[in-house]
Amino acid sequence: MSKTSGSSASGTTPKMKGDKVKVFYGEKQALQDVDLEIKPNEVTALIGPSGCGKSTFLRCLNRMNDVIDICRVEGKITLDNEDIYSSDLDPVQLRARVGMVFQKPNPFPKSIYDNIAYGPRIHGTASSKAEIDEIVETSLTKAGLWEEVKDRLMEPGTGLSGGQQQRLCIARAIAVNPEVILMDEPCSALDPIATAKIEELIDELRENFTIVIVTHSMQQAARVSQRTAFFHLGELVEVGDTEQIFTNPTDSRTQGYITGRFG
Amino acid sequence: MNSFFLLLVVIGLSVAGYAAGRARSVLAASGDVRILHSLPSYYGMFVALGCGLPAILLLALWLIIQPQIVEHMVMAGLDPSIMPQNADEYSLMLTDIRNLASGNAVSREASPAIMAAMERYQSLQSVGFWTMGAAVVCIALLGLVWARSQVSRSFRARNVVENIIRVLLIVCSMIAILTTVGIVLSLIFESLRFFARVPFFEFLFGIHWSPQTAIRAEQVGASGSFGAVPLFAGTMLITLIAMLVAGPIGLLSAIYMAEYANPKFRAIAKPMLEILAGIPTVVYGFFAALTVAPLIRGWGESIGLDVASESALAAGVVMGIMIIPFVSSLSDDVINSVPQSLRDGSYGLGATKSETIRHVIIPAALPGIVGAFLLAVSRAIGETMIVVMAAGLAANLTANPLEAVTTVTVQIVTLLVGDQEFDSAKTLAAFALGLVLFFVTLGLNVIALRVVRKYREKYD
Amino acid sequence: MTDAIMNSKPDTAEIRRPSPGGERLKKRYAAERRFRLYGLCSILAAGLMLVFLVGSIVGTGWSAFLQTYVKLSITFDAEYLDPAGTGDPAQLQNADYGGLMKKNLRDNFPEVTGRSDKRKLYNFVSPNAGYVLRDMVIADPALVGKTLDLWVKASDDIDMLTKGYVDRTEAEDNRRVSNAELAWYDKLDNADRVETRFNTDFFVNADSREPEEAGILGAVTGSLLTLLITLLLSFPVGVMAAIYLEEFAPKNRWTDLIEVNINNLAAVPSIVFGLLGLAMFLNFFGFPRSAPLVGGMVLALMTLPTIIIAARSALKAVPPSIREAALGLGASPLQVVTHHVLPLAMPGILTGTIIGMAQALGETAPLLMIGMIAFIVDIPGGFTDPATVLPVQIYLWADSPERAFVERTSAAIMVLLAFLIFMNFVAVLLRRKFERRW
Repeated sequence: MSKTSGSSASGTTPKMKGDKVKVFYGEKQALQDVDLEIKPNEVTALIGPSGCGKSTFLRCLNRMNDVIDICRVEGKITLDNEDIYSSDLDPVQLRARVGMVFQKPNPFPKSIYDNIAYGPRIHGTASSKAEIDEIVETSLTKAGLWEEVKDRLMEPGTGLSGGQQQRLCIARAIAVNPEVILMDEPCSALDPIATAKIEELIDELRENFTIVIVTHSMQQAARVSQRTAFFHLGELVEVGDTEQIFTNPTDSRTQGYITGRFG
Repeated sequence: MNSFFLLLVVIGLSVAGYAAGRARSVLAASGDVRILHSLPSYYGMFVALGCGLPAILLLALWLIIQPQIVEHMVMAGLDPSIMPQNADEYSLMLTDIRNLASGNAVSREASPAIMAAMERYQSLQSVGFWTMGAAVVCIALLGLVWARSQVSRSFRARNVVENIIRVLLIVCSMIAILTTVGIVLSLIFESLRFFARVPFFEFLFGIHWSPQTAIRAEQVGASGSFGAVPLFAGTMLITLIAMLVAGPIGLLSAIYMAEYANPKFRAIAKPMLEILAGIPTVVYGFFAALTVAPLIRGWGESIGLDVASESALAAGVVMGIMIIPFVSSLSDDVINSVPQSLRDGSYGLGATKSETIRHVIIPAALPGIVGAFLLAVSRAIGETMIVVMAAGLAANLTANPLEAVTTVTVQIVTLLVGDQEFDSAKTLAAFALGLVLFFVTLGLNVIALRVVRKYREKYD
Repeated sequence: MTDAIMNSKPDTAEIRRPSPGGERLKKRYAAERRFRLYGLCSILAAGLMLVFLVGSIVGTGWSAFLQTYVKLSITFDAEYLDPAGTGDPAQLQNADYGGLMKKNLRDNFPEVTGRSDKRKLYNFVSPNAGYVLRDMVIADPALVGKTLDLWVKASDDIDMLTKGYVDRTEAEDNRRVSNAELAWYDKLDNADRVETRFNTDFFVNADSREPEEAGILGAVTGSLLTLLITLLLSFPVGVMAAIYLEEFAPKNRWTDLIEVNINNLAAVPSIVFGLLGLAMFLNFFGFPRSAPLVGGMVLALMTLPTIIIAARSALKAVPPSIREAALGLGASPLQVVTHHVLPLAMPGILTGTIIGMAQALGETAPLLMIGMIAFIVDIPGGFTDPATVLPVQIYLWADSPERAFVERTSAAIMVLLAFLIFMNFVAVLLRRKFERRW
C-alpha cells in the first residue's frame, strides 16, 4: 500500500494537519489512521465513493462531529500547530476560525442581512450598526451576491434561488473571516449554472482562505482544487497534487475510481 | 335493562340467521360450495344482517320516540284543573310525574290528579314496551325469512354484505360530524331561549353577574343580572396565570429535552411529564384547594398581604402545572421538526448551543410554538374541575390575582348542578356560557391547528 | 484586534476576527451555562411539583387505609333483644340494637352522667356499630344474654384523634374532640383497648354521610359500568370510522371536513360534552339522570376522536405492500382490511383505546352536568341505576367539611391513580410487545 504523505516539495508549513485520525460511530469505525496535510491558500479536494469517510473527516476539522453524541475522534488534528481537540481550544472559537458550508443550502429563516450579521453578532466582532453594514456588504460582494440582493437585504434568505442561497451561506461563513473554509459537497443540490458560479467563487476565495472541499464529482475536483485526497472505505488511499492524482495515480484503487471502474 | 334484553334477543336471532343462511347456501350448492358466487359465510352474514339491522334500527328509533309520545299523551290527558299554564310549569310537572313513576323523591306533595297521571304514564310505558318488543321481534323474524329466501347459487352475497358494511363505516365516520352538529344545535337552541329573556348585548357586555337572585320570583330584581364580563375577565386572569407558569417551564423543558438531555435523562423526564399529563383534573383541583391555596395564603399573610382563600393565583398556578406537559410535548414536536441543517449552519459559524437555540431554532420554530401556546390557552379556558374546586363563586371584576374570581366553567357547573329548575334564565344562562366557551375554544383550535400545519408543511 | 491576513485584498481584511479567548468568550459560555440551567431547572421544577402533588396526597391519604377500633365489653342484653325469650328471628332482626349499643357504652363508662356528656359518649363509636351487633346476633342467636369483649369501630372524630390529627394543646372549643372524650379515649388507650386495623370497609362500602362508613365500591362500580358503555360504543364506532377514513374514503372536501372536525372535537372542552349530554340525552330523549348509560354515552362521544386518531395512525403504519399483496391475490378491499390490515394494526388501536379509556376514567366535569353527582348510598346494579363515578366521588368528598373525608378523598385519589397507572402500564406493555418496525 503506497501512501504518499502530504508533505510536498514546496515546503510551506501546513495550515491544518491530521495525524492518525480515527473516528468511531458507536462501535463502528468510520475512519482509520488518516494522515493528511492541508496547505494554506490552496483548495484541497476530498474525493471518493459515497460512505468512504470523506465528509466524516471534513467534519472533524472543525469538530462538527462533537454535535453527534455517539461519535468519538482519536488521533491528532492541528490548526497552525495547535491541537484542535485539546481542552484549551474551544470548539466555538475553532469554528470561527474554520468555517463550514454545507451540502444543502441552509439559510436561517431570517432576512438576508441578519443571516450575514449572525456570525459577527454572536462573536462580537462588530460593535456598531455601521460596522455590521460594512461586513454585510463586504461579505456579499466577496460571495458575488451583492449586486443581486442589495435592494432586498431585509427579505428572507429562504426566498432566494438555490444557487443564491448557497452563495448566501458562503457569504455568511466569510462574514466571520475564518482562516479555513470547509465545504461539504456545496454544489450537489445545484444546477450546472449555479455550480459554475460557485466554482468560480471558490477559485477567487482561495486568495484569502484555505479551502477544503468534499465532492463526489471528479470533474469538479479537477477544476477547482490544487491538491486531491482519495478516500476509500474509511481509509486515505492517496493524496497529491490534483494533476498527478488524475493523470498518474500511484495506487490501483485510485486509478480504478477515477477511470470509473467503481464509485 | 328490558330493552337490553330485547337487544340480546335480536342478536340471538341474528346468530340463528347466520347459521340458517349458511346452511341454506350449502344446500343450494348441493354440497359443492365452489359453484356458489360467494363463500357460505357471506350468505350467513347476509341473513344475519337482514335479520338484525332493521330490528336494531327500529329498536333505537322506538326508544327515542316513545318517551315523547307517552309524555305528550299523559300531559294531554291531564285533569283540566291542574293543566299547566306555561312551559315552565309544564316541564316541572312532567319531571314530577317522571320521578314519581321511577320511584324517586319529588319536589312537592303529589295530588291525586298527578298520581293518576303517573299511573297512566306507567301503563302507557309498559304498553309501549310490549308493543315495541313484539314489533322488533316480528321485524327480525320477517327479515330473517326474507333474507333466507334470497339465498341462491347466483346471489352475490359478498357484494351485498360488503356494500352494507361500507355504508356502516360511513355512518360511523359521520358520528363525529353529528356530535359537532349536536353540540352546536343544543347550545344554540338553549341559548336562543336565554337570549329571549336576557338581551344578547347585556349578556356579552354587562359587568354585573348575579344569577342567584333569579330563583325567587317575589324578590326584587327577580330577573337577575347576567353580565358575563366578570366571568370572562376571571377566566382570562386565571388563564394568564396558568400560561405564565406553563409557558416558560413547558417551553424550556421542551428545549432542554430536545437539545441538551442525554437519552438516559430523557428516559426519566419524558415519562415524568407524561404522568403529569395523565393525572385527572379533579386531583389537581383537590391539590389546589387543599394544599396550594392555604400555602399561598400563608405566604401572603406572612408578608402582610391579604389573600383570599380561593385566590385566582392558587387555581392559576395549579392549572399551569397541569398544562406544562401539554406545552412541552407540543413544543418538543415543533422543535424536533426544525431541520438539523439549520443547527449545523449555526454551529458551523461558531455559535454556542444556546445561541443557536435562541437565535436560530426558536425563530424557526416560532409559528409552531405559537400554535402550541394557543392550544394550551384553549385547554386552560375550557378546564373545569380545578377552577370549580379552587376558584371562587363571586363574580369579582378584578385584576388582582390574590382575590377570588370566578370563571365561565365554574358558573356553568354551579348553574346546572344542584337544584333542578329547568328552563329558568339561570339554567339557560349556562348554555349561553357554554356557547361562548365552545366558539372561543373552537376559534383558538382552528387557528392553532392551521398555524401548526402550515409550519409543518414548511419543513416537510 | 485585526489579525494580519496573508493576502492584502482590502475588503475582507477589514473584517475583524474574534479575539482568541478573552472576556467575551467567557461571557458567552456563562450565558450558555445559564440557559442550560434554566432548562434543567424547568424540568426539575415540573418534577418537584409532581413529587409535591403525589407526596401531599399520599401524605394525607395513607391513614385512610387504617381505621380505629376500640375494645368494649358488650353485653347482649336479652331485655333489648328478645324480652319475651322467643328466639324468633324476626324479633332478633328488628330489635333495638342502637339502644343496646348506647346501654353498653354507658356500662363501659359508668362515670358519665350528664345528658350532654352521654350524647357525646354515644358518638364515641360509629353509628353503624349497632348493625354489626345485629349481624352477630343473627349469625349466632346463642349470643343473647352473653357478655363479650368486642372491637367496635370508633367514630370519625376518635379515628382522627388516634391518627394524630387532633391537636390536644388547642383550646377545647377549637377542636372536634372535647376534654371529656379525650379522658375516655385515654382510659381505653391505657388499657390497650385502642387499635388501628386495615380499613376493609373503605373498599367494600358505598358512599355514606359517616366518614368511617364511607367506601369507594359504589363509585368504582359506577366507573366500571360507565366505562363499559363507553368502550362498547366508542371502540367499534371509532375503529370503523378510522377504517373508512384511512382505507376507503376518497380524498375530497367532505373527508377533509370530517378530518378537521375530528381534530377540533378532540380539543373541545369536556364540559361542553356534558352540556350536550344534558340537552340531548336527558332533556330531549328523556334518558334517566345519573345513569351510567348516559355517562358512558357522553364519555364515548368524548373519547371517540382519541380512538379515531390513534386507530388511523395505527392503520397508516401498516405498509401498503401488504395491501397490494392481498389485493393481488384477488381479495376484496374489505377482505384486505379485515384479514390483513386490521389484525396488524390492532395492537396500536388497542393502545390508543386504553389511553382513551384512561382519560374517560379520570373525567369529571361532563358527568356533573348529567347528574352523576348525586349522593348515592347503594352500589349500582345496572346501567340505568343512579350511580356516581370515582372522580365525582373524589369531588364530593373534597367538598365535605369533616376532617376524616380529607384523608378519604386522598385515599380515593390514590385508588384512582392506581387504576390509571395500571391502564397506562398495560398500554406500554402492549406497545412494547407488538411494536413492529417495517
